[in-house]
Amino acid sequence: MLEVSGLHVWRGERHVLKGLSVQLAAGQALQLLWPNGAGKTSLLRAIAGLLPVEAGQVRWRGQDTEADPLTFCRDLAYLGHDLALKGDLTAGENLRYSLALRGRVAPADIDAALATVGLTAVQEQLVRRLSAGQQRRVALARLTLWDARLWLLDEPAANLDAAGQALVVAAIEAHAAAGGVAVIATHQPLALSTGVSSLWRSPGEPP
Amino acid sequence: MIREPSALHAAAQILRRDLKLAFRRPGEWLQPVAFFLIVTMLFPLALDPELSRLRQLAPGALWVAALLASILAIEFLFREDGRDGTLEQYALSGHSFAWLLLAKTAAHWLLTGLPLAIAAPLAALGLGAPAAALPGILAALLLGSVSLSLLGAIGAGLTLGIRRGGALLSLLVLPLAIPTLVFGARATQLAIQGDSLAGPLYLLAALGVFGLTLAPLAAAAAVRISLE
Amino acid sequence: MSWAWFHRFASPPYFYSLTLRLAPWLGWPAGLLIVGGLYGGLVLAPPDYQQSDAFRIVYVHAPAAWVSLMSYSLMAFAAAVGLIWRMKVAHAVAAACAPVGASITAVCLVTGMLWGQPMWGTYWAWDPRLVFELVLLFFFLGYMGLRSAIDDVSRADRASAVLAVVGVVNVPIVHFSVTWWNSLHQAPSVMRMQEAAMPASMLVPLLMSFLGFTLYFYAVMLVRARAEVLRRDRGGSWVRDVLAARGKAA
Repeated sequence: MLEVSGLHVWRGERHVLKGLSVQLAAGQALQLLWPNGAGKTSLLRAIAGLLPVEAGQVRWRGQDTEADPLTFCRDLAYLGHDLALKGDLTAGENLRYSLALRGRVAPADIDAALATVGLTAVQEQLVRRLSAGQQRRVALARLTLWDARLWLLDEPAANLDAAGQALVVAAIEAHAAAGGVAVIATHQPLALSTGVSSLWRSPGEPP
Repeated sequence: MIREPSALHAAAQILRRDLKLAFRRPGEWLQPVAFFLIVTMLFPLALDPELSRLRQLAPGALWVAALLASILAIEFLFREDGRDGTLEQYALSGHSFAWLLLAKTAAHWLLTGLPLAIAAPLAALGLGAPAAALPGILAALLLGSVSLSLLGAIGAGLTLGIRRGGALLSLLVLPLAIPTLVFGARATQLAIQGDSLAGPLYLLAALGVFGLTLAPLAAAAAVRISLE
Repeated sequence: MSWAWFHRFASPPYFYSLTLRLAPWLGWPAGLLIVGGLYGGLVLAPPDYQQSDAFRIVYVHAPAAWVSLMSYSLMAFAAAVGLIWRMKVAHAVAAACAPVGASITAVCLVTGMLWGQPMWGTYWAWDPRLVFELVLLFFFLGYMGLRSAIDDVSRADRASAVLAVVGVVNVPIVHFSVTWWNSLHQAPSVMRMQEAAMPASMLVPLLMSFLGFTLYFYAVMLVRARAEVLRRDRGGSWVRDVLAARGKAA
């Protein structure tokens, strides 16, 4: 489904990604365990189209993503360092507005997703009153509601307790089982089942 | 979940969200209007409170103050959304980025340009404008503030992510805003004199339409570069 | 149509060697034309029947005004090429245009003010052309300010390119608005060139000066662009080759 070939990305004067290639089929997740500064985030952002690519290609379902970025984006969910949550809105409102960009969603679905990540009790609180881990959980709920085929996750387990990390793992497993693809940048491996996930330890040695 | 990515729906949601956020923090969007009123008040204090003489200075005072107030406000157009990742999500939402930024700019205009235009007749009274001139002044500021918001969006996009970009933002946007200032001040002057101000109003409207078609594209390109 | 020339021009080593070879062909004629034009204009040409000797500043002012507008247009054009075709050399040219264009715009403003003193009795009058040049100077300053505020060269290139293109779209509107504004307020405008035909003794030095200033701009701009290209590719192998060759020659 996702084919990255010969990707070169520069950040300022630094040649971060030097001719990177990787392929992922439906139902596969790839964990990037590269050391700090090796370009995990750059790779995710380059795939998403947020970073300009100097050379190389990203293909999704056989199509060059640069040729039709809008169609590609409808299949894409990107969860970055910044969670894109508004402190002055409640968890429910945040989900409602950000999901509205992708189509209509039933309020009951939002409630259910928040219940799954264990936030029913604080659903009506402003997000800035929630802890960092709880905010991550809100973002996780949004991710599952987005209904995207390709997930690009940047440190999805940051700030999360053991139960929260289990939620992330469960969400990714369910996503893969439904035929989705995920690329995950993380500094410690998530406990995904080996059939689903492959590990990539440094940009020099492909998975 | 029902897939129905309509561009109009998306823009309406952005508009509603930004308005809701603004009403949870009313202090922020009232500040530019207060700034505008204070600056217009400074002119009589610095010059000469004789109303007949103030009347001659009123168009310039109103428009310079409005220009500065809208520059002051535009700095915040993209800043929060750029910082917390919201703009990244907009860029990846599968809708035209320029269109979504236009929705954001529209929300911003409703929160700053519109109050400014409504406050302007009030300030004009204080500067000696006759009551008959007020509708014309309102119309000129309504049209002019649209251009100012759109030009400001380009500047805000370019300076997004630059620390202490405020002074640079004014250096970039003020020269671009000269035509708006010239036509707006002229319309205001004609309104105060009691003459027909159709000519400069048409020019202001033309600037607004021109800005509506091109400025969002430039702003989208600028924000994308700043987000990298 | 073959695009080979375009790609060749886009390659930094080719651009470097081309501009190096071009430099004497621009620099020397520029110097000779400016000296000749100024001598013809300041010494040989007869005094103007209305403005006597004061008109002679036109031999600097008018070419500077022309070059300032040309340099802004060229900067925006190069920036657009760089933006559309991702051509780094074009961005380097745009970056090189700004400081040269800004200084020539400043020359135009200063000579305009010096001309204003004998003509209007004041150094500054709100003449639409002077105002327009002033706005142009602010466009240049904004462009350079934005460029220097962004650390990442590639981002600085593209952000400032967007600004340059927006600016060049705005230039005609600003020009129109300033002229329109002036027509309402009837400021004196003596800087109009005489409508009557100029005698050749006035015209020829003026044309020499125009051409000389234009070539001078290209000469200085290309030196800057060449330095910019070298600086950007300082890690590249062709730069090392160039420097090694220069070291041998010296």
